[in-house]
Amino acid sequence: MSIIGPPVSEIDDFNPWREALRSPSFVAGAFLTSLIIIAAVVSLIWTPYDFAAQDIPNKLQGMNAAHWFGTDMYGRDVFTQILVGARTSIGVALVAVGLGIGVGVPLGLFAAAQRGSLMDEIVMRGNDLIFAFPALLIAILITSVFGPSAINAMIAIGVFNIPVFARLARAAALSLWTREFVLSARVAGKGKARISVEHILPNITNLLIVQGTIQFSLGILAEAALAYVGLGAQPPVPSWGKMLADSQTLVSLAPHLAIIPGLAIVVTVLGLNLMGDGLRDLLDPRLRRSRS
Amino acid sequence: MRTSIWTLALAGALALASSFSPALAARTDINIAMQLEPTSLDPTTGGAAAAIRSMSYDNIFEGLTRIDRDGAVQPLLAKSWDISEDGLTYTFHLQDGVVFHDGNPLTASDVKYSLDTARGEDSVNAQKQLFAKIDSVDVVDDQTVKVTLSAPQGDFLYNMGWGDAVIVSERNAATNGTEPVGTGPYKLSEWVKGDHVTLVANPSYWGAAPEIETAVIKFISDPTAAVASVLSGDIDYYGGFPAPEVLEQIKADPRFQVIVGATNGETVLAMNNGKAPLDDIKVREAVAHALDRSAIIDGAQFGYGTPIGSFFPPTDPAYVDLTDISNYDPELSKKLLAEAGVSDLTLSLKLPPASYARAAGPIIQQELAEIGIKVDITNVEWADWLQNVFTNKDYDLTIISHVEPNDYGVFARDDYYFDYHSEAYKKVVEEIGNTTDPQKQLALKQEAQKILANDFAAGFLFEFPYITIAAEGLEGVWENQPVPAMPIDEMSWSN
Amino acid sequence: MSSYIANRLVSLIVSLLVASIVIFLIIEVVPGDPAQFMLGMNAQPDTLAALRSQLGLDQPLLMRYFSWVAGMLHGDFGISYTYRSPVSELIVQRIGVSAPLALLSLALTIIIAFPAGIIAASRRNSAADVTVMGVTQFGVAIPNFWFAIILVWIFAVTLHWFSAGGFPGWDKGFWLGIKGLLLPAIALALPQASILARVMRSSLLDTLDEDYIRTARAKGLTRGQALRGHALRNALIPVLTIVGLQFSFLLAGAIIIENVFYLPGLGRLIFQGITQRDLVTVKSVVMLLVFAVIFVNFLVEIAYVIVDPRLRKRT
Repeated sequence: MSIIGPPVSEIDDFNPWREALRSPSFVAGAFLTSLIIIAAVVSLIWTPYDFAAQDIPNKLQGMNAAHWFGTDMYGRDVFTQILVGARTSIGVALVAVGLGIGVGVPLGLFAAAQRGSLMDEIVMRGNDLIFAFPALLIAILITSVFGPSAINAMIAIGVFNIPVFARLARAAALSLWTREFVLSARVAGKGKARISVEHILPNITNLLIVQGTIQFSLGILAEAALAYVGLGAQPPVPSWGKMLADSQTLVSLAPHLAIIPGLAIVVTVLGLNLMGDGLRDLLDPRLRRSRS
Repeated sequence: MRTSIWTLALAGALALASSFSPALAARTDINIAMQLEPTSLDPTTGGAAAAIRSMSYDNIFEGLTRIDRDGAVQPLLAKSWDISEDGLTYTFHLQDGVVFHDGNPLTASDVKYSLDTARGEDSVNAQKQLFAKIDSVDVVDDQTVKVTLSAPQGDFLYNMGWGDAVIVSERNAATNGTEPVGTGPYKLSEWVKGDHVTLVANPSYWGAAPEIETAVIKFISDPTAAVASVLSGDIDYYGGFPAPEVLEQIKADPRFQVIVGATNGETVLAMNNGKAPLDDIKVREAVAHALDRSAIIDGAQFGYGTPIGSFFPPTDPAYVDLTDISNYDPELSKKLLAEAGVSDLTLSLKLPPASYARAAGPIIQQELAEIGIKVDITNVEWADWLQNVFTNKDYDLTIISHVEPNDYGVFARDDYYFDYHSEAYKKVVEEIGNTTDPQKQLALKQEAQKILANDFAAGFLFEFPYITIAAEGLEGVWENQPVPAMPIDEMSWSN
Repeated sequence: MSSYIANRLVSLIVSLLVASIVIFLIIEVVPGDPAQFMLGMNAQPDTLAALRSQLGLDQPLLMRYFSWVAGMLHGDFGISYTYRSPVSELIVQRIGVSAPLALLSLALTIIIAFPAGIIAASRRNSAADVTVMGVTQFGVAIPNFWFAIILVWIFAVTLHWFSAGGFPGWDKGFWLGIKGLLLPAIALALPQASILARVMRSSLLDTLDEDYIRTARAKGLTRGQALRGHALRNALIPVLTIVGLQFSFLLAGAIIIENVFYLPGLGRLIFQGITQRDLVTVKSVVMLLVFAVIFVNFLVEIAYVIVDPRLRKRT
């Protein structure tokens, strides 16, 4: 992790919002991402049909005026399922990333503050250890131990986000600990914990946001994969990965059933990645200088 | 003289023709797919999985008797038998010239060893109860063995035809799981674990040589992969095809024949009779009337399945149609729930990984929601299901197909996971066992069905179909599954 | 130096020990009794007990842990409950599919990513660059199992060019084996190639900004010449690091693709092991994979220090 720029406080002439509109990938990514977020929010208030309502005589319909994306093998409205599925995907990925940040960042900051100590060693070796486990396999193990559910999927994905953020936070914090503004805070008698919170954390937020966006998109993919093997949200709660799994034998009868949820995943991940790229260019001045 | 010249010429021409066009010769190989990989190839010690029997029964291993495609008992390794007047002693006369795949001849002591091991104290035979009434097994001479029972048992010869009762040799008992040595028409050529088994014809088979010489049996459990493998032409025979949703498409494809047969699989929505509020017959009745069988069969099975109203297969001569007792009537259900004083009910529905259960689950969830019962679905794996649902009875509802033949007795078992206890039912089942008069037995079996239906002991859904996909031109496949089996020696290519 | 290696060695052993305990404990709490799974619904209690003692399931927890670890130290990974054959034998069989699959998809990844990354970097902001960047964005975003399903329907079900899955075995011929692995390798390679192409591009761009490249260009080299003659080799270091990571990911991470194509690989061995409660196999194979990653990391750290002793202090 060498992509550490100077702390934000040192850049005065930087208006992120003006800059943002100049980055096409940020604009495109933000557009796609907000599309999915809007879908998820709308589904909380209104959906064309009840997401669980079945209508077996009208199963496997193609796209039509009554059912924009057709109906599935139980005659449920696919458009509704996609809307509610957005909620599942975003919910699981959000909590998983939150878990990663919530546990990983404090660990990383702590390790950086105690650099070279036994605790630092233990934290970092623990991270290495988690990285050494094949992530998807362990997620499958965790969900089969504790039973398949959206919550266990969140935990399983979240565990593997912890070392990502811990390493990032530690590496970024280490470079800040040698900075003058940190040294002067130490001279002023502030404790390590206080410095970490007051001076280090605000200066690595940008980095965390960029990484968080990327982890979020990986979380969406991981949730889809777990749901695809039946270990995500349980029926009748729709999930894009499960919709794919349920419809794949029907590819020649009702191809839209296998295509639409796949596209939903692609759009979400694409949007988040584009936004992450855009954010990195915008928030990381070193890259901004070298790339423009 | 002239004719014989012509005959010779014709014969020569035919010989030439056939040597120049080998395509005319019928294929002698086959690509088979099975849903599950057997965990062992020894049906006597390998566990309960039907896959072990489908693979090895009648192909690698053989029993004293065999169950044919109609469910009737036929002689196999025992060419004949004598039964004593009191029904306690069976004297089996073994087939001549039977040799194991390793060249050793089959003798009466192999039969004694197999039966004694299966019923012994350290037995790990999954159907040990089949041998429970055997009192002793004695070798009379090399070709004759005498089995003495402790009590008469009408279905003893049938039991000896189960896959679990095949005859093995003591020499190979320890390694039969991975290197099976049987007496059957096929022997193991290779087993690439996780992918396929190759069986080749046994050149020293005692019976008629089979037409199929090489069978590659692939393991394709995922319904999607099953559909793709069939449609791409990789597979010639798939018994127990797990994706009824694509049958219409496959039927329309001239490359395939689709055979829909019957199993002994009563598919039920099992209810925990021992746990409140399902211990209240009114609640069970409410659940039963909320189930729309035609919607379930249509939605989960794409129409493949026969509705049942009790725990008997429609193919059984004693079957009576009792579906009216639990007809679809959600209004009645709501009334019954009100009478029972139950509201805001939430029930757990644990679904094993079988595709029929996973597909029917959401439909039943929705149907019960309409009468005001909230259902929480949990998908569980088989091991989890066996331990928590089947053994520990930690469930409210589950969906499962009971595939063993003549398994109505399970409702008479106190420890069984239904937790259903009916003295009347137990008495009827006991009487069935003690009755030899077929007419009386029929009446008793109908009585048994009625008790279960009127007690709403479970939500009786449908009889599970056995769907076989076979390539055009493949003949001799079993339509029904009286026992889990796939005798390859009965198959052949028509051209 | 030697004290550093000793320090790393202790840390390696502690890591492996912790990993083995974690794996063992996770496996212990997996619900479901392997003996009952094997014997099914009609099993009698005494039959179950007989099988449990045959499988060693009736021994106390600590005993089972120590005999497992002691066994592995001797290269004995136990006997699979499911197949009743040594786990080490199963692993060797499965690596015969997983390793070639990982290598093939890695080869495809490199074949696609290197030219794409080089073209994008050398003609920066050109139509080619924009295309590569756009396509790779999609490549990263497409779930590989979805891509795999699409491949199967196009190339196996519709065109009949390939089998829909399964592996014929290497004894049927090298090219048949490669053919059997091609579709899954493509499905695995798409996202990996997209990532690698982007890494290649940005690494090249970083290198092109370095002073020595500026000097070379000042001496009259074109951008393309500078790139091929000087930048490429230096840009390869981060690229190869990623390639190494991708290989270990592909070895264990192909689990869902192995399921879609019903390939008998390591990932599916574990997946089936979990569902069939073949717990000996699961814990031993997971431990082996974890060991491989930890051990490679250890070797890499030692190698770095031998090359550059200043790295002895972690940063």
